[in-house]
Amino acid sequence: MSDRYDCIIVGAGPAGITAAYKLAGAGLNVLVFERGEFPGSKNMFGGILYSTILNKLIPEFWKEAPVERHVVRRRYSFLSKDSEAAFDLKFDAFNNPPYNHSFTVLRARFDKWFAKKAEEAGAVIVTDAVVDDFITEGEKVEGVRVRMEGGTVYGDVVICAEGANSLLSEKIGMKKKPDPANMVLGVKEIISLPKGVIEDRFSLEDGEGAALEFFGEALGGEIGSGFIYTNRDTLSVGIGCPISVLKEKGLKSHELIEFFKKHPSVKNFLRGGKIEEYSAHMIPEGGYDALPDLARDGLLLAGDCAGLLNPSLYKEGTNLAMASGVFAADTVIEAREKGDFSKATLEGYVKRLKESFVLKDLKRYRDVPATLHSVPGFFKEYPEGIMELLQGHFTISDKSKEDIHKEIKRLFRDKVSLWRLLRDIYKLRRLIT
Amino acid sequence: MTEEYLKPLEEKTLAEKLFLLRFRVDGVSHLILNKEVCWECDERACLLICPSGVYRWDEGKKEVTVSYEGCLECGACRISCPQGAIDWKNPRGGFGVAYRFG
Repeated sequence: MSDRYDCIIVGAGPAGITAAYKLAGAGLNVLVFERGEFPGSKNMFGGILYSTILNKLIPEFWKEAPVERHVVRRRYSFLSKDSEAAFDLKFDAFNNPPYNHSFTVLRARFDKWFAKKAEEAGAVIVTDAVVDDFITEGEKVEGVRVRMEGGTVYGDVVICAEGANSLLSEKIGMKKKPDPANMVLGVKEIISLPKGVIEDRFSLEDGEGAALEFFGEALGGEIGSGFIYTNRDTLSVGIGCPISVLKEKGLKSHELIEFFKKHPSVKNFLRGGKIEEYSAHMIPEGGYDALPDLARDGLLLAGDCAGLLNPSLYKEGTNLAMASGVFAADTVIEAREKGDFSKATLEGYVKRLKESFVLKDLKRYRDVPATLHSVPGFFKEYPEGIMELLQGHFTISDKSKEDIHKEIKRLFRDKVSLWRLLRDIYKLRRLIT
Repeated sequence: MTEEYLKPLEEKTLAEKLFLLRFRVDGVSHLILNKEVCWECDERACLLICPSGVYRWDEGKKEVTVSYEGCLECGACRISCPQGAIDWKNPRGGFGVAYRFG
């Protein structure tokens, strides 16, 4: 390890590795520090990698990458205590390359593979290495201090892709400690089942995958959701709930995941399964209005520490992280040509993000986090009300249909006022449009 | 094979789930509490928020105990602490939890 590099990258996740891959490919001397014993060992996400950017970087990556399944089926489900209303979509077209750019992956395997690709491109990845500080000279970041013997390393520029737990970014003042309302705690279990059982149970062909999201009583009516994603011979099963909600309602995430798994509409998907792993991770869902400073002299933030995650129903994270890695690399290459790593030049990164889907989408969905907190009925009263209405409608009896309709309308109105419903529908349109 | 997969999902306690994981445990804690602040804190969100139950209130000692060995390194405790009383460092390089699936 020499002590000076063209670019130092903190974190071997999707953002950091993407930047490393591009920069090494452009001939730069790149060093990546990863605190885990191998890239991916500390990483967890719900389960779907959106891969438009990866496919540009490594065309047809799915032929060699450890992807689990490509997602052809998406199911959105509202739960009340004992009932379910679901919207189930399956598209055969997603069976053709590029598979709708949606793959279930397991991060300990995928990130390891991706990091190997960056190494093959010429990047140096040092594992077991925690970066504790940036080295600064006035305003400018000159390098990093690694918790190891002789751990002072200098570079023209540092890309910080340290992840959701953004200790370094906060320490240097690029962001404040995140608000508990903007951080979602995700807990997940990996549950193994034979491949054939998964395919039968979720109505899938070989290689096809399903992504199931559950709202409402999935979390006892609290803000957040539960999910089941199919891997090759495991399921990723978990929940996500804002830290502020867990605190205010006195809920424990490890009890919530048990609650979710036992719902009558969830438990049968998991029958006969064996729990292989339990994991937890934070998701930065503050969106556009919680964005930190993204550039300063000698430093760029990318991926989760930069808050680059679309918190709408689409919940895209890795794709945005990879895009930020590409833009960070492009900006570093530009700065190197100019021989200028000042904030003014590195702001080109922010410009690139703004002109791309990354910040366009974050801006479009900027109200989503606040809306979810301001329409709690979306998770409790509405699913219950709608379910009662539907159940009434579908219950066979010898009452006249007119009487039944009157009765269920009255029941629904007792729970939900019409003007509030219309107002909330207007507010909630931004979740998906 | 079908009968076997009609049984309910196996039950595991939190402790049993943590037992599935591989931890490389350091000799010193990466989580340091300001015990005086914690003693006075009337919220102690850490006890509730930690997904692996690292924090416990010891009624005898009147303090929050920290079983850092089972930390999943999510960082939720630091975000949830209203007092900023948790000095949260990443574990030493290569130490802490290592996921097999992730």
